[in-house]
Amino acid sequence: MFDSVLVANRGEIARRIIRTVKAMGLRAIAVHSEADADLPFVAEADDAYALGPAAPAHSYLDIAKVLEACRATGARAVHPGYGFLAENAAFARAVGEAGLVWIGPSPDAIARMGDKINARNLMESAGVPVAAGTREPVTDRDGALAAAALIGYPVMVKAAGGGGGIGMGVARDDAALVRAFDTAARAAERFGGGAAILLERFVERARHVEVQILGLADGTVLALGERDCSVQRRHQKVAEEAPSPGVTPELRARMLAAAVRAGEAVGYRGAGTVECLVDADRQDFVFLEMNTRLQVEHPVTELVTGVDLVEQQLLVAAGEPVTAGGAVEPRGHAIELRVYAEDSRRFLPGPGKIDVWEEPVGPGIRLDSGYVAGNTVTPFYDPLMAKLCVHGADRAQALDRARAAVAAFRVEGPKSNLAFCAELLDNAEFAAGDYDTGLVARMRA
Amino acid sequence: MAEVRAEMVANVWKVVVAEGDAVNEGDTLVILESMKMEIPVLAEDSGVVAGLKVAEGDVIQEGDLIAVIDPS
Repeated sequence: MFDSVLVANRGEIARRIIRTVKAMGLRAIAVHSEADADLPFVAEADDAYALGPAAPAHSYLDIAKVLEACRATGARAVHPGYGFLAENAAFARAVGEAGLVWIGPSPDAIARMGDKINARNLMESAGVPVAAGTREPVTDRDGALAAAALIGYPVMVKAAGGGGGIGMGVARDDAALVRAFDTAARAAERFGGGAAILLERFVERARHVEVQILGLADGTVLALGERDCSVQRRHQKVAEEAPSPGVTPELRARMLAAAVRAGEAVGYRGAGTVECLVDADRQDFVFLEMNTRLQVEHPVTELVTGVDLVEQQLLVAAGEPVTAGGAVEPRGHAIELRVYAEDSRRFLPGPGKIDVWEEPVGPGIRLDSGYVAGNTVTPFYDPLMAKLCVHGADRAQALDRARAAVAAFRVEGPKSNLAFCAELLDNAEFAAGDYDTGLVARMRA
Repeated sequence: MAEVRAEMVANVWKVVVAEGDAVNEGDTLVILESMKMEIPVLAEDSGVVAGLKVAEGDVIQEGDLIAVIDPS
């Protein structure tokens, strides 16, 4: 086992990783921008290194600076968290070439899964069902119109190399398709380096369900259950739960088996996620994409399986046996609510200095937060302030605990979506577990 | 004259119109970026852009004046 881990990230996920790194008796090293110097993750690490200015391009996304931080602090391994450089194959490769341990899948696996068209084709050949869609990148409006005519409306338009929902859109006719193509192309050029666009058949009343996998050093791939991430605004998740109330045991078994095949087809090592769209009415699913990293919503899996996913990642990266079992049966029910610095009505960002920050406590509550009172939530990074997670013996108890925890969580200074979280928990569709990716739009219609 | 003001702290990513341009209700004037989100600022009236108070790269605060529209 390596003796130290540099966490190439910030906020709640850096804090979360540092917690496990230290619990395993290893040295935790934080890197941070000037804007983040006062955040808890910096103080909680054993060592910290200042990367530079607030803008991600000059700090967390600067590969040379992060590698220099490894050299200067004597780090032996790098955990990238999620976002930033987590799915950057060039960074993963550079870490290995610097003689350090990369805590994640191989650079080749990252690159293959990072291109959504390539990933789709690979999954199809591995026997994983995929949605009807483009097999080659579309690069102009005419190509998009021709592809949509073949697939049939409605279609989902997204950047082939993108992620995080940026630039994604649904088109129901030619005019909307042209608009969605232009938006996706702009986002692709800005974030992904090329205007390669993917079109897929859009499933109405779909649920977004993903399977957590863990690839071991000997090639074995474990499936640690699924998470339902259908509550989304702007194609980005707001709440997740495990297990999914929308899949039957028979569908769950098929999805987990397909996720294992997907992981085996890529030669996957470490923690990863196979994202699927589930047609709840037909109890069928298609592959959406594979995320080659730890997910934001990993706590709900940890709560129902009792497995520390970060610990498993470190063990796999070190070539040591994992402690997760082969067939993990979920215990009880877990719900995660993402507490964002945004208003509850229109979900517009509202950064600011935190005047009041009172975290809920109680049985079954887990709070992964990035801030304490006195910190400032800046406009430079994503708006996630905390993940409020609860675990109950069943879904009803988890819902009760979530309602109480949301009511007890006080944040003043920045805007927060806690009022939306309360509204969601009381929503009839959500409370019944009978919802889909259109829920938030319906709540705001 | 209709004033268009910022609803949040943000960076000005793109300025889409110029002073003197005719705009319709709903047209995008500038695109802001905050917390990894692109937020288009739309004209609420049709008219002519009489004043444009931000430039690409500016950091603006909630309530800052972005543009002035002279209604047609």
